[in-house]
Amino acid sequence: MNVLLLLPIIIPMLTGILTLFFRYALHTQRLVSLMGTVALLVASIALVFDVRRNGIQAAQMGGWPAPYGIPLVADLFGAVMVLLAGIVGMAVAAYALVSIDRQREQFGYHPLYHFLLMGVCGAFLTGDLFNLYVWFEVMLMASFVLMALGGDRGQMEGAIKYVALNLVSSAMFLSALGLLYGMAGTLNMADLAQKFSVNPPSQSPGLVTAVAMLFMVAFGIKAAVFPLFFWLPASYHTPPAAVSALFAGLLTKVGVYALIRVFTLIFLQDTGYTHSLLLAVAALTMVSGVVGAAAQNEFRRVLSFLIISHIGYMIMGLGLFTPLALAGAVFYTAHHIIAKTNLFLVSGVVERLGGTPELKKLGGLYRAHPILALLFLVPSMSLVGIPPLSGFFAKLSLVRAGLETQQYVLVAIALGVSILTLFSMLKLWAEAFWKPGMLSEVDTLPFGLNVRAWLYPIAFLAGLTVLIGLGAGPLFRFALQAGEQLMNPSIYIQAVMGGGP
Amino acid sequence: MEIILAFVIGGLFAAGIYMLLRRSLLKLLIGLSLMSHGTNLLIFTVARLTRGRAPVISMNESVLEPPFADPIPQALILTAIVISFGVTAFALALAFRAYRSVGTDDLDQMQTTDA
Repeated sequence: MNVLLLLPIIIPMLTGILTLFFRYALHTQRLVSLMGTVALLVASIALVFDVRRNGIQAAQMGGWPAPYGIPLVADLFGAVMVLLAGIVGMAVAAYALVSIDRQREQFGYHPLYHFLLMGVCGAFLTGDLFNLYVWFEVMLMASFVLMALGGDRGQMEGAIKYVALNLVSSAMFLSALGLLYGMAGTLNMADLAQKFSVNPPSQSPGLVTAVAMLFMVAFGIKAAVFPLFFWLPASYHTPPAAVSALFAGLLTKVGVYALIRVFTLIFLQDTGYTHSLLLAVAALTMVSGVVGAAAQNEFRRVLSFLIISHIGYMIMGLGLFTPLALAGAVFYTAHHIIAKTNLFLVSGVVERLGGTPELKKLGGLYRAHPILALLFLVPSMSLVGIPPLSGFFAKLSLVRAGLETQQYVLVAIALGVSILTLFSMLKLWAEAFWKPGMLSEVDTLPFGLNVRAWLYPIAFLAGLTVLIGLGAGPLFRFALQAGEQLMNPSIYIQAVMGGGP
Repeated sequence: MEIILAFVIGGLFAAGIYMLLRRSLLKLLIGLSLMSHGTNLLIFTVARLTRGRAPVISMNESVLEPPFADPIPQALILTAIVISFGVTAFALALAFRAYRSVGTDDLDQMQTTDA
């Protein structure tokens, strides 16, 4: 058994438990928390290298042979997502050390943070649909508490909506699981893929598509696609930046990951219907997100709507369904997780310095903190897709894949949405950074000393964005390999089930 | 028997969704738990109802003869029940806190964070 597959789940779990023990020794707790995320990052890097060298890795838990036990599987896509969880996990944990308030720390911010990471990594690595449901619940439970932690009025309202819609989504996911089990008699993803591809359930292909739709809606709520995204802009701006940055970066992407996984592996019997629907959803998600962002006047609300818009690009890669498009989706997801987390971290600094999230009242940040302004420009321009930053190559590959499959309307929408994204980013820039403001007084607060420590994680992530852009060639070849793996379920099936498919 | 259960499940989902659409926070939670009951029954029913045939291999046989009660869905339901129990407990506590801090349980009054 490959122990590397277990580490990304075990490390956050142990760290979470350890931090519980140090509940009354906050300094030790912080240290343990940070060390835990560093260990997770190291383990995830090792996992990526291992999968790169030796192909898809699978481990059968409890030693039960393939279709009976629960496997952990890491293909390139899964491993990269774990790596991103490690990167973002470390950056946000470092940011939380300086930014999260004492009260939230005492109520268990650090343990919850690690349990959340455990749920996310488990969801990326599991090879069993029911197990995926369980990891979703682990992740959701931790995120529910983090969302409500602190108990501000806004947080309570946001949390109610977040919890209610996620529970509806879980109920649908579970119903779909039940129906799928009734049809196939298994919930092992590789086994399902094998059963549906080799020997499609002839009695009712329509029922399979109906179940596929249930999965699409269930994961679509979690991924915040059109028209299921309303919980996101109502809740993501309410908790502190150290919480919402992690949510913005990772949680919706778990939904995207699950969509990509089931619609590249299991539900392939009617791609003409399901994947065209995904394309329509992608286009509407891109447009509605960016239009929503244009109407907002608070820093993090604009960013929340932009998350939705960019989810659309990832779904577009899935809907086009060619190796290049899937590679684009993988690349886009990676770039977006890093850039978006970073923007939420910046928003935390901006709100702290300006004392308000409202763009009208902000201003003068460029003059007071030019380095912060520069660090805002890197991820924001990357999201817009300005070369040579990471977003350019992600969009380029999606556009090329769209042109190759003659989806000209979709490509036009994707490019138009990029321009509108630029509009929203320029609004943030002009209002918060460029326009003259009265920040000079705020700068003299005792907090002014700390601002440098807030910037380290932001600088780290911005550096990664630049590096992804500069190293786009080799990284894109890597994404292409991941895309090829996703397009060929037989490799996945063989790695899990062993023997010939 | 399956037909009856199908109607029960449909009824649970319908009642659950009806409750979700009400304005009261508590009714929302009741609706959610009705839906999760419906889901659990669905998993139970979908796996075919078999009475009086435990999935145990008898002494003089080496494989299980086909008409037997499938234990896997029951294990799945057990897990799902435990999870929904925990989640419902949390949601109730959250609803109470929200009621305390907003001062009403009317969902239409909780729109300050909406877009």
